[in-house]
Amino acid sequence: MTTRRNLLYAAPLAAVALAGAGFYTILRRMQSNDYDPHALPSPLIGKRPPPFTLPGTNGQQGFSNTDLLSPPRPMLVNWFASWCGPCAQEAANLDILAQNGLTIWGIAYQDSPAATAAYLSQYGNPYTRLAADASGLTAINWGVYGVPETYLIDKAGIVRWRWAGALTDQVLMGTLGPMLHQYA
Amino acid sequence: MIPELGHFALALAVAIAFAQGVIGIFAPGLRDPSAMRAAPALALSHFLAIGAAFLALIYAGVVSDFTVENVADYSSSLVPLIYRITGTWGNHDGSMILWCFILSLCGATVAAFGHNLPASLRARVLGVLGLVSGGFLLFTLTVSDPFTRLWPPPLDGAGVNPILQDPGLAFHPPVLYTGYVGFSVAFAFAIAALIEGRIDAAWGRWVRPWALLSWCFLTSGIALGSWWSYYTLGWGGYWFWDPVENAALLPWLSGTALLHCAIVVEKREALKAWTVLLAITTFSFSLSGTFLVRSGILNSVHSFAAAPDQGLFILALLGVTIGGSLLLFAFRAPVLAATGMFSPLSRESALIVNNIFLCSIAAVVFTGTLYPPFADLLFGIQLSVGAPFFNQTVLPLTAPLILAMAIGPLLPWKRAALRPALERIWVAALIALVVFVVMTGESNYITALGLAGGVWVILSAITDIAERTKFLRVPLRDSATRLTALPRAAFGAALGHAGFGVMVCGIAGMTLAAQKVIILAPGQSTTMAGYTWTLDALHDAPGPNYAARIADVTISAHGKPFLSLHPSRRIFVNPAGVTTNDAAIHTNFFQDIYVVFAAEQSGGAELRLNYHPLAPEIWFGGLIMALGGALSLSDRRLRIGAPARAKVKKPESLPA
Repeated sequence: MTTRRNLLYAAPLAAVALAGAGFYTILRRMQSNDYDPHALPSPLIGKRPPPFTLPGTNGQQGFSNTDLLSPPRPMLVNWFASWCGPCAQEAANLDILAQNGLTIWGIAYQDSPAATAAYLSQYGNPYTRLAADASGLTAINWGVYGVPETYLIDKAGIVRWRWAGALTDQVLMGTLGPMLHQYA
Repeated sequence: MIPELGHFALALAVAIAFAQGVIGIFAPGLRDPSAMRAAPALALSHFLAIGAAFLALIYAGVVSDFTVENVADYSSSLVPLIYRITGTWGNHDGSMILWCFILSLCGATVAAFGHNLPASLRARVLGVLGLVSGGFLLFTLTVSDPFTRLWPPPLDGAGVNPILQDPGLAFHPPVLYTGYVGFSVAFAFAIAALIEGRIDAAWGRWVRPWALLSWCFLTSGIALGSWWSYYTLGWGGYWFWDPVENAALLPWLSGTALLHCAIVVEKREALKAWTVLLAITTFSFSLSGTFLVRSGILNSVHSFAAAPDQGLFILALLGVTIGGSLLLFAFRAPVLAATGMFSPLSRESALIVNNIFLCSIAAVVFTGTLYPPFADLLFGIQLSVGAPFFNQTVLPLTAPLILAMAIGPLLPWKRAALRPALERIWVAALIALVVFVVMTGESNYITALGLAGGVWVILSAITDIAERTKFLRVPLRDSATRLTALPRAAFGAALGHAGFGVMVCGIAGMTLAAQKVIILAPGQSTTMAGYTWTLDALHDAPGPNYAARIADVTISAHGKPFLSLHPSRRIFVNPAGVTTNDAAIHTNFFQDIYVVFAAEQSGGAELRLNYHPLAPEIWFGGLIMALGGALSLSDRRLRIGAPARAKVKKPESLPA
């Protein structure tokens, strides 16, 4: 009885030790560059997006996986939500990309139509088509890690690249630019 | 020259902090009274050394000394003086100095005013504080040194982030940090008690004011941050479940639990080990909150950029501090035997219920925040955790908490019966029920439930005070006498609970917010929420380091204009090209009318019109909670937190 009680007192230590070991591993992997909290390997890379059909929102047309089968040029699918801070951060860069002729389709993740509309009017609307994933089920099928998240789909309709997190200037220059060039 | 002196003072502080730590912890074991007396002296000099370093950094910012890299990177000679000062802590390195400064201030306060503590306990508390401070000072000095020099210096600094050029955000970090760091004292007392193997009511009396003080600051800090995001980010949101926000919410939740169970230790000498664990947990959450977001593991808009070597250093520090204290807990906590007994239905049990719910909410928020990186590490799966998850999990846990927090204060200690308590609270229950029924008809049942819950908590707090004065049961004059004789802590507790109720009402009211986005040319108008909104004109206005474009909007009800608002867009000169929207908010304390000037296109202004019922109550609620805490803190009984051995009791001897 007493031993069991004493073990109970050690439980917090054990929990924290496990968490610490986890953090250590994550940090080490971040340092050796085989783990980036933003750039997670997506199960979709090299494949077509799983079947889905999402309704439009904000008065725009929605889309389904069949619409992504063979785009005329490489394009982006961007997951976002009005409640997400980093989305607002990357909004300016998405606008620039859209102005430069890149096709971007948006999916509003677990968001109310009114909030999405308000968000887009504040931060600009770079999306040619805009769908709403209100239940979040399509996101699970895509393996979406969190919003914002961006997928590059090439002319054959295959996912070539995925970025979890805001598209910063660094990502645009360093990664997305070369990728677009490669699959153009 | 001054930055060099600051750098030296920082190095000196590291040395003093470690001396304070080692001497403070080991002197009581040596039974050397002169060594024990050294600890407070060291704590005071430690405070002076960091104070000098902090002042030197502020000085470098004020005179725009761009040979200091930190000033060159995050300040500019063009920003107003106030933001050159606050810009000091608007970056990672500078905020570390502020953090350590507040920690040393806590230590100095214990040293200066702890005469009534047993000498060995005081030495040990100061020792623990010294070691914690020493670790983080070493981190500052080695891998995030704010005094690094730059040569040749640039002509002008890169500028203060425009978002930080706001009075709300400028003072948000010091308030929040004081909240975080204040829990270090409760933590140090917990560790000292584990070393001594003894916890008594006097210990509870010392820990509670400190926990209360930090809790007040943390509450104000969170409310301030939420208010700031409400009026600057401009889409009417006040809480986003961002990792950094969660990091502040976690110590608040466990700190609130600590506050409540320290009462049990003080009054009934029970729940000792649990209280110690909560003190450790709360400070651990504070540390993780401040530092995990800097390691780059959690991603957030708020986070400061940090290099990976800083991440490992932070992790090691956290490991030593949290792991070490929990190791001590595992060995020593079984010694702390409870002496007070209580029945399953009593004030003690009600406080345990409070603890269970608060800790469950904390666990849910913690899991939600940390699950994504861990799920990927362990199972290689990617998943998303956002606002929808938190809303769905936290709200159901808050409902029973609201139900219980109204009844708890009405229960007596040791043993209670439910029926007398329910008899006292039926008025509150009835009114809450009426609110629910009426509001279900007016709006929807979620909003109605929230409003009823808020009203229930507020009324029960009033009931609590009324019961203590035997209102309507004895003549009014007697009630008035009883009212003046009530301890301030009773009012503080009632006010704290009522504040929470007010906040719940505000959050419930916000679910009814109305919003409209529209492009209006000058002279055009639109209708929303029963008002007519007219754009009168657009014009330019100069600012200190930005150019502003202002929209004049008039709002009228039934054809009569009653309000004119001037939202603006600011285009900054330094850093160039950054634009912020300055929302115009009018509040009458029960609703906000809120207009954002989002963009200008082809002669028209894109306006975002918002009508937010009860929104101000969210922050008023936070403020009332903090005031309740402060009122409780001013209670005489808390200020004389003295064990029997004290020679002369000084009522004014504790900082409030």
